[in-house]
Amino acid sequence: MNLSFTEEQTLLRNSVARYLADNYGFQARRKFVRSPEGRDPAHWRAFAELGLLAAAIPEEHGGYGGGAIESMIVMEEFGRALVIEPYVSSAIVAGGLIVRNAATALQEEWLPRIMAGEAIVATAFAEPDGRDDPAKVSTTARKQGAGYVLDGRKTAVAGAPWADAILVSARGPRDGVSLFLVDGNASGVTAGDYPTVDGGRASDISFERAEVPGGRLIGETGAALPLILRAWDEAIAAHCAEAVGAMSALLDQTVAYAKTRRQFGQPIGKFQALQHRMADMFVALEEARSMTLLAALKLGTPESARTAAAAKVAVGKAARFVGQQAIQIHGGMGMTDELAAAHYFKRLTMFGALFGSADRHLARFAAL
Amino acid sequence: MDLSFSPEDEAFRAEVRAFIAECSPKLQQSLGWPEAEVTSREDYLAWHKLLYRKGWVAPHWPKEYGGAGWSVTRRHIFDEECAAAEMPSLLPFGLMMLGPLLMAFGSEAQKKRFLPRILSGEDWWCQGYSEPGAGSDLASLRTRAVAEGGQFTVDGQKTWTTLAQFADWIFCLVRTDPAAKPQEGISFLLIDLKTPGIAVKPITLIDGTQEVNEVFFDNVKVPTENLVGEINKGWTYAKYLLIHERNTLASVARQRAALKRLKELAAREPAGDDAFRRKLAEVEIDLMALEMTELRALAAEAHGAAAGPESSILKIRGTEMQQLLSELALEAAGWYGFVDARALGGNRKPGPDFALGAAAQYFNLRKASIYGGSNEIQRNIIAKAVLGL
Repeated sequence: MNLSFTEEQTLLRNSVARYLADNYGFQARRKFVRSPEGRDPAHWRAFAELGLLAAAIPEEHGGYGGGAIESMIVMEEFGRALVIEPYVSSAIVAGGLIVRNAATALQEEWLPRIMAGEAIVATAFAEPDGRDDPAKVSTTARKQGAGYVLDGRKTAVAGAPWADAILVSARGPRDGVSLFLVDGNASGVTAGDYPTVDGGRASDISFERAEVPGGRLIGETGAALPLILRAWDEAIAAHCAEAVGAMSALLDQTVAYAKTRRQFGQPIGKFQALQHRMADMFVALEEARSMTLLAALKLGTPESARTAAAAKVAVGKAARFVGQQAIQIHGGMGMTDELAAAHYFKRLTMFGALFGSADRHLARFAAL
Repeated sequence: MDLSFSPEDEAFRAEVRAFIAECSPKLQQSLGWPEAEVTSREDYLAWHKLLYRKGWVAPHWPKEYGGAGWSVTRRHIFDEECAAAEMPSLLPFGLMMLGPLLMAFGSEAQKKRFLPRILSGEDWWCQGYSEPGAGSDLASLRTRAVAEGGQFTVDGQKTWTTLAQFADWIFCLVRTDPAAKPQEGISFLLIDLKTPGIAVKPITLIDGTQEVNEVFFDNVKVPTENLVGEINKGWTYAKYLLIHERNTLASVARQRAALKRLKELAAREPAGDDAFRRKLAEVEIDLMALEMTELRALAAEAHGAAAGPESSILKIRGTEMQQLLSELALEAAGWYGFVDARALGGNRKPGPDFALGAAAQYFNLRKASIYGGSNEIQRNIIAKAVLGL
């Protein structure tokens, strides 16, 4: 048993943290999330230069051969800085699915571009009627010549306005779910973009007789659901780490605020009612950190799905608690757009809905 | 990073398992364990003595003091196996508390005299900290010890003294300098309970047990050689000990065994409806988080980090989980959980086996968030030592 970070892992954490501290400050972020583009593309290029987009890609594909722990480290730091770029969908979910399940030609075409930051891939698994169940797919795929034709509608595709391609789940052409990598500008693909409360951008995407070349199939036709579920667990573990980073930054801010804000002639942090609440926030954060680590360590093992579900429930509960208490302790200032606290709270609230609600994962956990 | 155990550690686990399998029928026969209530001194010590003969009674003590000298990982494996087999718990007062304290602060003579008798179980120790006026505010304790003529004279009262009715010795915090600041006038004394002037009076608790006692000291003479470390430094030693005590409180493995029983029940009994299963799933997830938090603390300890204020997390969450599990057990038991088994006596058992004593257990475990530094005190520690508030 060994729960220490390696020297390389510590270096990775330091380099991500340093880049974000120098370049991704709250004021800078505020500017670009409100720009028409909604992001500063320099950051994605920097992530590529830092090797982050290749961190979890195996060495034989030109990556750094890291794993779940490396993804956890990157995402925790991203959470601390409220990074809005679609790292999970492009570098972790799409990267992982292409590495494990795509044909060599597709790998050779896309992995270098993903790692170099030249291509962003968004993931479109959710549908209007499916709520957050990845198995509920009504988008259809028909065979047409050497390729496929997709029809249907996907929702909540995070980062889609910036994406070059979209991973789409669809039913058919055989029984079951298939997975396709679709160009964002392919004919028949229409995106309705919108901002989200955390400063991110997303799209709802319709496919109307959208043509997909045969080489863009990932995995076997009709057999993609287990692949998607595995990628889901990786995404959950990564977003848990993001939530841990965000909670830890938010707790720091809350403690710092309680030490300086004075009422009744003393810092409010001297009041036991608030001290105990912050102690409980610390306990919640540490337990969330434990579950995140556990989920990361169990990825790819037979316990993977069960631990990821458990982590989603536990971290979700902690994220809600820490977020709500942080706003309460900040008082009126917590309600303002000016302070970072509100923005952390918004992102932590969204965490609850990412890749399946707590209710859904609790039911999944109990059934597994 | 990885969570797996080395082949050597797995071999060790097999050895522990084999020893438990060999001992547990003996214990079941002699104690009626695990169903019957343990009430005599001999019964309390039965498992202790079997482990002592094997050389395993003090996994965390270094070999030079007769301990097993196991690594943190092996201690964890040992605890897991004992808990999974639901072996009786060992009394912590000598093994977990006084022993390590004497190793750190005791004189050579004290170590030689007391440590071997803690290991063998010949000396039963109890802890004399709390007083009627000094609970969470322990430093306000008033039991006096006056040094004169080569001995201390002790007067005062201790309370909540666990199992003092069976004990041979008590380690006490006593006030030796009433003029100093509260924390600076306290000393750590070892007192033989057979000394004239000591009276032990059991307190009947909410569940009908007599687990704790009042201990009265009236003109009790204690030789100077029974002072641990320096005079008026007792508070420092006590704080050291409180950290050791907290580390023994999470007992995740035992809670996992309790959860397993409840899950089996939920699958079998009509009480196992969906709402109840959902609660069990939530508890199981909380338990996973607690276990991983404990593993992180163990791993840090294995790397030489001292037990820090983070151990307060384990105390708070460990006791909350214990209480929650007993609450769910009571819920599963329904009406028959409220049968007063103690008053009923004998072998008559209305209702199913699992239900009997569920209420008593639930009531009894309310103590967990009160003892060992109440959970509110633990939150004070986190606020002060971790968050700097």
